[in-house]
Amino acid sequence: MSISLTVNGSPHQVDVDPATPLLYVLRDDLALNGAKYGCGLGQCGSCTVVMDGEAVLSCMVPVMLVEGREITTIEGLGTIDEPGPLQQAFIELQAAQCGYCIPGMMMSAHALLRRKPRPSDAEIREALTTNLCRCGTHMRILAAIRRAGELMQAASLPEADEGRAG
Amino acid sequence: MWALRVVIVCVAAIIVAAGAFFFLAWRSEIPEDASAAEATFAPELVGKGAQLAALGNCIACHTVPGKPAFSGGLGVPTPFGTIYSTNITPDRETGIGGWSEEAFQRAMNEGVDRRGSHLYPAFPYDHFTHVSAEDNRALYAFLMTRPAVKAEAPQNDLQFPLTYRPLLAAWKLAFFDRGELEPDTSQSEAWTRGRYLAEGLGHCGACHTPRNAFGAEDRDQYFGGGEAEGWQAYAINKDSKAPIPWDEQSLAFYLRNGWHEFHGVSRGPMTEVTGNLSGLPDSDIMAIATYVTSIMGDPTPERGQRAAQLREQFEGDYFEQAADSQSSPVSASGGSPGEAIYVAACASCHEGQRRQPFGGLNFDLSTAVNAPNPQNIVNVVLFGLPPADGEASAVMPAFRHLLSDQQVADVLTYMRERFSEEQPWAGLVELIANTRSGAHKVTIRPSDGIERAPHNVGAEEG
Ligand code: FES
Ligand code: FES
Repeated sequence: MSISLTVNGSPHQVDVDPATPLLYVLRDDLALNGAKYGCGLGQCGSCTVVMDGEAVLSCMVPVMLVEGREITTIEGLGTIDEPGPLQQAFIELQAAQCGYCIPGMMMSAHALLRRKPRPSDAEIREALTTNLCRCGTHMRILAAIRRAGELMQAASLPEADEGRAG
Repeated sequence: MWALRVVIVCVAAIIVAAGAFFFLAWRSEIPEDASAAEATFAPELVGKGAQLAALGNCIACHTVPGKPAFSGGLGVPTPFGTIYSTNITPDRETGIGGWSEEAFQRAMNEGVDRRGSHLYPAFPYDHFTHVSAEDNRALYAFLMTRPAVKAEAPQNDLQFPLTYRPLLAAWKLAFFDRGELEPDTSQSEAWTRGRYLAEGLGHCGACHTPRNAFGAEDRDQYFGGGEAEGWQAYAINKDSKAPIPWDEQSLAFYLRNGWHEFHGVSRGPMTEVTGNLSGLPDSDIMAIATYVTSIMGDPTPERGQRAAQLREQFEGDYFEQAADSQSSPVSASGGSPGEAIYVAACASCHEGQRRQPFGGLNFDLSTAVNAPNPQNIVNVVLFGLPPADGEASAVMPAFRHLLSDQQVADVLTYMRERFSEEQPWAGLVELIANTRSGAHKVTIRPSDGIERAPHNVGAEEG
């Protein structure tokens, strides 16, 4: 069955079983390998992407439910040459250890910062309850998210600008 | 002349009635005890009081999430308006620091505060009146040794005439049975103990028994199912909808651990209850189970038969395997939109082979799917089960950002049809919309019972 979806601002057409998890479509059909497979059970958060402004676990999202909805993945937050503020902050504070959880962490944080540019620590923790990091870099992740908030404010970037690259 | 006499008689009657009422309503003030908060108590007594406070779940109502334990101020919504819980820390001005033990005993026993004002029955003194003086003494010792916190509870938000507390005397006259429970010599010791715990401090009926128009528990429908914090408290009498009926063993296990393989995990306000009960000895937990299952009674032969089939299906050792979302264990027949979503999004966990409490409960075992009111299953689909802090716990992702109201309704309609013999639920879309918007307010707690927003309140705090 052919399904159309919008990822990072670009429309795509994929021909898959409608029950296929969005995570597989992103990775296998669209070659967007940022979102990671951790558990496939909605328990670890490494597959988190943003859909219509909200963080969702893409391993739990059958692709039939995403027709007409706007999806942002980590690739939509910036490029290697021009990292977005969240990416910049994570690099600056060296928040990744193995890095496997980081795309999910960033996407949860992205959804939070769009809604709330200056979140409290408690709000950051709350937004990340569904994201696990087995390396234990939590404190740096928290710091990086606070930093990203500052960078966004400093540049007064339009955080609500879903799907922009750069 | 005749008219005047009538008037005089009427006025006199009114005065007498009013006098009688005031006599009935009047409770004297118990003088402030300036040294109450400085008193010391035997550590064993305080320890026992801690257990009893956990059984009574005092912290749940008497703490605002994120604020110090027992300092009150939590708004308790009732059909009559919002009542704010009081500060029960030993602060002299704003708490119970000036309360003698006598005043505390009277509050538990009669629902009257130190000054002599009648308390609203949101404070479940209809249950606490059954608590023994000895247990009240331990509770008092525990509360008086908590850190004193200065915190004034907001004014209750009630309509006149409910703001007029002497009226509560009339409520008590109609609905309040004061004093310890009548002994029932035909019952075992465990049953008697269980009734004492469940009926008294445990106040199970406060949520699990429906209330009448005056907010009093309807004893004719004892344990017939009620409501708490936006959740349905299931019927735990003969009307229980558990596909495999509860028995003493399963209920004791559930109360002890917060889950059971045939019933799933506790959630909503019940997580606080199961979390708090962890402080009680096994014998007490078993006693509660003995009593509550005696109220449920033996299942009908049809229920028993069905349960035997289910047991066969779900009991014993089986190869435990975590499915993942790529490979659904069932396939859709193309029947309904709800089925397609269920198969793609729900079945991988709920029909996987992973055991409770970490796997999804198979809906053949679910009370929620069979419940007369779909509120609980709606809450769980929309808000999920958040993870507990720092320990392995049941987790379910929230689906509110993924599914529209109509889609949730489709899934639930499908599930009701497939997993239950009950009538289809009516008005699903509206109920889902109101739950999502917060018009129907729901408290979301992880399995350790500690509310997530805005901060954690540790049950051990204080
Ligand atoms: S892979 Fe999606 S939550 Fe773990
Ligand atoms: S950095 Fe390795 S899992 Fe988080």
